[in-house]
This record gives sequence, structure tokens and C-alpha cells, in this order.
Amino acid sequence: MNIKYGVAATFNSAKSLFDAAGKVREEGYKEWECYTPIPVHGLDAQMGIGRSKVPRFTLAGGITGFCTGMLIVWYMNAFDYPLIVGGKPYFSMIYPFPVFYELTILFAAFGTLFGMFFLNRLPRHNHPIFEHPSFGRTGDDKYMIVIEVEDHKFDDEATPAFLKDVGGKSITVIREPVN
Amino acid sequence: MSSKVTDQSDVISPELMNKVKPAKWEEVPLVLNNRSFHWVTEKICGIVEQKTPTWWWWCFITALSIASFTGLGLVYLVSTGVGVWGNNNPVNWGWAIVNFVFWIGIGHAGTLISAVLCLLKQKWRTSINRASEAMTVFAVICAGIFPLFHVGRVWFAWWLFPIPNANAIWPQFRSPLEWDVFAVSTYATVSILFWYMGMIPDLAIIRDRAKETWRKYFYGVLAMGWRNANNHWRNFEMAYLLLAGLSTPLVLSVHTIVSFDFAVANLPGWHTTIFPPYFVAGAIFSGFGMVLTLLLPLRAIFRLHDLITEKHIHNMCKIILATGSMVGYAYAMEFFIAWYGANSYEGFAFINRAFGNYWWAYWIMVSCNVICPQLFWFKGIINNIPLVWIISIFVNIGMWFERFVIANTTLSRDFLPSSWGYYSPTVVDLFTFFGTFGFFSVLFLLFIRFLPLMPMAEVKSVMPAADPHGGKH
Repeated sequence: MNIKYGVAATFNSAKSLFDAAGKVREEGYKEWECYTPIPVHGLDAQMGIGRSKVPRFTLAGGITGFCTGMLIVWYMNAFDYPLIVGGKPYFSMIYPFPVFYELTILFAAFGTLFGMFFLNRLPRHNHPIFEHPSFGRTGDDKYMIVIEVEDHKFDDEATPAFLKDVGGKSITVIREPVN
Repeated sequence: MSSKVTDQSDVISPELMNKVKPAKWEEVPLVLNNRSFHWVTEKICGIVEQKTPTWWWWCFITALSIASFTGLGLVYLVSTGVGVWGNNNPVNWGWAIVNFVFWIGIGHAGTLISAVLCLLKQKWRTSINRASEAMTVFAVICAGIFPLFHVGRVWFAWWLFPIPNANAIWPQFRSPLEWDVFAVSTYATVSILFWYMGMIPDLAIIRDRAKETWRKYFYGVLAMGWRNANNHWRNFEMAYLLLAGLSTPLVLSVHTIVSFDFAVANLPGWHTTIFPPYFVAGAIFSGFGMVLTLLLPLRAIFRLHDLITEKHIHNMCKIILATGSMVGYAYAMEFFIAWYGANSYEGFAFINRAFGNYWWAYWIMVSCNVICPQLFWFKGIINNIPLVWIISIFVNIGMWFERFVIANTTLSRDFLPSSWGYYSPTVVDLFTFFGTFGFFSVLFLLFIRFLPLMPMAEVKSVMPAADPHGGKH
């Protein structure tokens, strides 16, 4: 059995996709996506979507890292087992700064990577878009717009016709196989 | 070579243009011969999809045999004791620290290319960044071997990390060597994360082209289900920029902290404030030397002349020239300060460095690091690819000797003449270090065989077809 996922249209250049994306947005579609071999400059604004939220994860990671660094140095060298070394204080903000600094960067980097995965809902190996026969070409040199059935404006006839109007080639219905 | 000449005549009035007579700016494209996106995909994927070439097997077997020297050296060391190395009193650091700093320094160029040049919007970085990042990761792995085994009882090396152990003693955070543990392990981890994340879209392309089942699973799992969606790219680009922003202070801090191993010690010749910037410049210098050593043969073997153009090679030569000059300036400044500081121990350390027991190492260092890169002022030399390759190897030799000179001249002539000594490596030292080149090559050969050599999306992004406004900005 198959469930209809959406309608796809391909484009041959970044410019034609860029122009078409603007028209799809103006038409009022909400549940749609562009598939491109490269990050197309300015496409976010053209699709009407805002800034990525990855920096929040980076900041959270960085703050956690800095505090973790302070905590381990204080706990290990000043609280749990204080040792006098070289007449230096048990805890200071200054001498172990390299440790805080490195852990800030380490945790921020993990926050960034996992934040990116989380926001992109990855890993996910079974997306319906993979059923499109020439999906692979979107990594190579083709551009694609997919409007999902979920969209409130989706119509079995009007939506494919609209995609053709805005310059889309080889209009294909994507079906999701369900066992 | 096709190039386009741009002027502003279409936006600025002709009368004004006639009055100002601006110079024509010749823009050399980053991908030559007007290649298409599809050509880039075929070229890069073709390298991993083709049948394993015979030369690859020969290189791999040779590299593996060379790597076995490290294996043998380390097995002998662990089963016998650290006494099999040439380290002695007063030269307790020996080759272990020299090799460590050498390899970690090489890694720095990869991060510089991927992070610093990304922030500076240097578009030419796109075709060389992946291989350089791989170089970083593998160089850091090679670097890690030396301090790990230098601790003596390597099975207790985990005591370096803040993990509870049976002795109930924690790491000692007042020591720069402990800072180094954090700096180097963070550097290794973040470099791997950055390298892997950048590779995800390319792994997805190989996954989508894969015919064999193992290939579908191998690249499928690594690609994490990436699907080229604009939403993916949006978060990916932001994450990439942030990782570049995080790696930039990281790469500067790592060699700074490595230099603290020396600079925080109260020894003449080490205890200087010039060390952090001088080490960072030297690291970038040696790293670019290694990038050229690796990429020039790859460019010839895989015929990547349209992607790694003469412009790329010239730019790398210029960076080597700039950082080489900084290193030369630092050498001169060290001498000046030793004299100007009027500290007799410091003065002795530097006279001894240039004319003492290791004078030969000092002059090898100066000829390779100060004189060699100055040849890159000449157009005839930077256009001669084999010569550039040979000079890049001299840069690496010179930078190894720099670390040897810094570590050994100071330690072998310490404060008490009665404890002075002369350090020479043993055959075990030689084996272990020689083998790391094989180990590095094994990893690098596996990289070029199984992973995408260049970030395809990034290379495509600097091509004219990537512009959504059809060339009219």
C-alpha cells in the first residue's frame, strides 16, 4: 500500500529554483521544501523562513563547558584532595584558565553538531523523499521543490499545475510505501 | 587559462569612470575550464567509486611496512622500559616532545584552512580544505603517540584525565602539561567533529550513487539520512560557521598551550613571552608545507588541475612565505632579547644554540625555515611545481629541527656544568619516529580511497552556476 507524500518538480538552475520558490511562498503554501545540491544564497528569505537556531545549542554547550571546567578544577584540586604545589593557590580563575577555555570550546562544538542533528531531525534513514526516482540528482546538479499533501492548500490537480506554471520540469507524485 | 575582467562600468557613470580610470581587476576563476556541477560530482565521487588502482596498493603496502616500525618500536619500549629511548639526564624530553610538537604543528594548517580562511571568506579554500582537515586529524593521532608512551607506564596514561582512580589523586591542574592534555584532546575531538560534519552532504551523494550493498550501508549510515533539503543546509551552514568560529580560537590556543610546556618552565631559552605567537606561526608554516607535500602528488595522480589551480598553489606558497618570515623574525628577536635582557644565562643559551654542541641542528633549521621560503618571492620558482614540492619538504625538515633545537640545546646545557650532557637518539627512537610517517600515510591513503577528497557542495558554491541571481548582484 502507498500513501501519497507530495508532488515534486525539478529545476535546472539555482536561478529558476530561486524564482519559483518565491512564487510558491507568495501562493501561500506552508508545508514545502527545496532540495538543492548547494546551499543557495538567500533561499531562506525567499522561502520565508528565519535564522537557524543552532547558535542556541552552541551557547548552551559553551556555558556548560566553562562551568564544568571550573567545577572539576575546584572539586579536584581545592575541595576533594587539596595539594600544595609550587606555592600556588588551590583554586584560582587564572592558572587553570586553559582548562576552562578548552572545555568551553569542546562542549560548544558538541552542542553545535548535535544541535544541527536535532534541528534537522537526523539521523533518519527512511524519508519518503528517497522514493523519488531521481532524488540522487539533487545532490549532483538538479534542484527540486516538493509540496507536501499535508499542506492546507494542496490540491491533486491545482498543485502540480501550479508547479508546472512556475517553471518546474518532470512533475512527479511521491508515494510513501507502507507495509 | 580563462579569466574574466570585471569593471564597474554598468553601475557607475561613464564620465566618472573616464575621470578615475580604475585599474582592471583580473579575476581568475577558482574552477577552471567552465566545468559543470556534474563534472565536479563525477570527478570527486569517481575517486572513491573506481576500482582500487594498483599504485594505491603499492603505496598502502609500503606505508603499512613503514608503520610497522612504530609498532615494533613501541612494543619494544613497553616490554623493556623507557630506557631504550635516548632520553637521559639532563635531556629528559628527547625526541618524544620534539616529535609530538612536530606532528601537532602540522595539524594546524588544516584547521587554519577550514576555519580561519572560512571566516575570512577565502573562497579558494574549498578545494583543499577536506584533505587538509584529514591531515590535521591524522597528524594529531601521530602526535598523541609520543606523550602517551613518554609517560613511561602507558597503561596508566588514563591518569592524565580527570577520572577517579585507586590512588584517589586527581590530575594537577597547575601544570602546563595537564593544560596540554585538555588542549590536545579537545583539538583532536573538535577537528574530527568538524571534518565529519563537513563530509555529511558528500557522503550522502556517494550513498545516492551507490550500487553495491556494502557501499549503500557504509555511506548510508555515515550520511545520517542527509537529504539536501534547504532546511538541512540552513542548519548545516550555521553549524559550519559556528564550528569555524570555535576552531579559530582553538587552533590558536593549542599551539599556545603547547608552547607553555616550554615557556612556563624557568629555563633559559624557554622562558620567553614570544613563544606562543612564534609557535603558532611555525605550526601554520609547517602545516602548509605538509599540505603542499600531500596535495601536489594527489593533484597530479587524480588530474585535479581544474580544481587545485595554480592560484591555490600560489596562495599556499604566499602563506608559507609570510609565516616563514614571521618565524625568521622570531629567531632574530629571540637573540635580540637575549642580548637586550642582559641575563647571562639567557645570553649563553642563545650563543650555545647557534654555536654550541648542536650548532649543526641550528643551521639546518635556519637554512630550511628562514632561507628556503624566501625563494617563494620568485615567480619562476612558484610556477615550478616539482620545485615547490621539494621546498615544502625542506620546510617540514626545518620545522622538525626547530623543535629539536629548542628542546635539546636548553636541556643539554643546564645551570650546572657538571650535569651537562649530549643527547643522541637510539635506534628505537629512530624506528618509532620513522614509522609514524607510515602510519600517517596509511590513514591518509584510506581517506583518499573511501572518503570524499573535496567538499563537493562547497566547490560548486564558488562556481558561477551557484549564483541564484544569474550573475547580477
